[in-house]
Amino acid sequence: MFQAMKSLDEALAPIGDGCMLVVPREVSGVPMAATRALIKRGIKRLHLFALPTSSLQADLLIGAGCVATLETSAVSLGEFGPAPRFNAAVLNGTIRMLDATCPALHAALQAAEKGVPFMPLRGLIGSDVLKYRDDWKVIDSPFANADPIVLLPAIKPDVALFHAPMADRFGNVWVGRTRELFTMAHAAEKTVVTVEKIHDGNLLDDAVLGAGTLPGFYVESVAVAERGAWPLPLPDRYAADAEHLALYAKMAATEAGFAEYLDKYVYEKRAA
Amino acid sequence: MTCLPLAMTTNDFRPEELLADVIARLIGDVRHVAVGNASPIPAAAALLARERGHGRPYVSLLQSRKHNFWTDGARELFDCAGQGRIDVFFLSGGQIDGQGNVNLVEIGEHGHPDVRFPGSYGSAYLYYVVPKVILFRTEHSRRTLVPRVDFISAPGASDPNVFRPGGPIALVTNRCLFTFANGRFALASVHPGHTVEEVIEHTGFDFDRPASVPQTPPPSPETLALMRGVVARQLAEAYPQFAKQVFGVKLPLSGGTASG
Repeated sequence: MFQAMKSLDEALAPIGDGCMLVVPREVSGVPMAATRALIKRGIKRLHLFALPTSSLQADLLIGAGCVATLETSAVSLGEFGPAPRFNAAVLNGTIRMLDATCPALHAALQAAEKGVPFMPLRGLIGSDVLKYRDDWKVIDSPFANADPIVLLPAIKPDVALFHAPMADRFGNVWVGRTRELFTMAHAAEKTVVTVEKIHDGNLLDDAVLGAGTLPGFYVESVAVAERGAWPLPLPDRYAADAEHLALYAKMAATEAGFAEYLDKYVYEKRAA
Repeated sequence: MTCLPLAMTTNDFRPEELLADVIARLIGDVRHVAVGNASPIPAAAALLARERGHGRPYVSLLQSRKHNFWTDGARELFDCAGQGRIDVFFLSGGQIDGQGNVNLVEIGEHGHPDVRFPGSYGSAYLYYVVPKVILFRTEHSRRTLVPRVDFISAPGASDPNVFRPGGPIALVTNRCLFTFANGRFALASVHPGHTVEEVIEHTGFDFDRPASVPQTPPPSPETLALMRGVVARQLAEAYPQFAKQVFGVKLPLSGGTASG
């Protein structure tokens, strides 16, 4: 049998320096335990593609120097304020920023999912978002009114990485109705998943669970990481750790405070 | 979940409650209202409209698990909007200008900005396809309401050949309500405790105004009761910090558990 189950570090092996990594938004299962493990490993030059926005995960990876290019529609800590390391990196020019708009990122992955070279999208025309994207094109629609419409090239990330409630030993992963995770996995070359727990049996044997299950066919590796989205929420399972997020916002406001945060919560160097 | 009694009578209201009431009236009688990220006041307004309408309109809070019906992932909102299945949406901006352009990206030169905002979110698409977009900005100043934005996340208007069934209908601030038509803002009402002179002083763009500008009506006791009760509790799921600060709602520390 295919061995999908691995230790966290083994499962993350397909995510190498310089790879294009697609990750989900805050309420869709952000792999925070995996993110801390990647920072600990010292991953570098990521092209981080956050579908379609990010919060703590992007801020942490950027602050730790792991990101060369960020492609997303917004980064913010939400109710806890601006994302301080993201803001500092953009102002200091230490990352290349590819600003997008949410549906454009979904559409580009859908093009990859279908194996077609591009996807058309409404909106965008006359915006500076379009103006600064050399990779997006405008054509006159070949149908109907010949009105102008934007074309987005398909994006095929090297690896999709997310956290989900459970998986079985066949590599099938239950994600429920958070179906952008399917799109991410279909579009990416490889998919790596962390889960809260292992489901005994085969998820696809159960008609109810099967409808919300990503087949193991798409999945490269799975690792168990209990509370693997902490301090972010895992929908329907646990809420965000508001106290910790407030602490992060405070510490990450300065470079020194951020370094201290990394030492304590990522590298886990405890004071003796 | 509990709601702490707040020291206020129904004649006394918070600015957020007034703004949510104003926005709920702007929503009007429609089928589907969607609310994006970082929009607690519009979310309160949409939930208020749904309570008043006994379940109509459908409300989709992008940031919520409970208050949206999406089963096809986060893209379903945008697919819905593209078909005209979303009637009302809300946008804010680090800068908003007199032509209704919004800037959610940066101040200063592109590539070397002086200030960075989170990013454009869905604005560069939804502003074009949602018929009624309500702009909101709780800091009404010359810093935020400018003659011309530094970066156009989404333009207020488009050339006639561009597919554009949607766009701005109003701008709600902490001081007043503007309506938007024919490419310009017009002052519609000034909130209690604020003046027309103050609005002129703190607005960086030109706008139209009638000879006599009415005062924004305060929220009714019934509206305040709805907002502080059922709306506040629903809001707490998506905006716990806001619900705590404005309405005193306390949430349990962990979310619920689900089977499966």
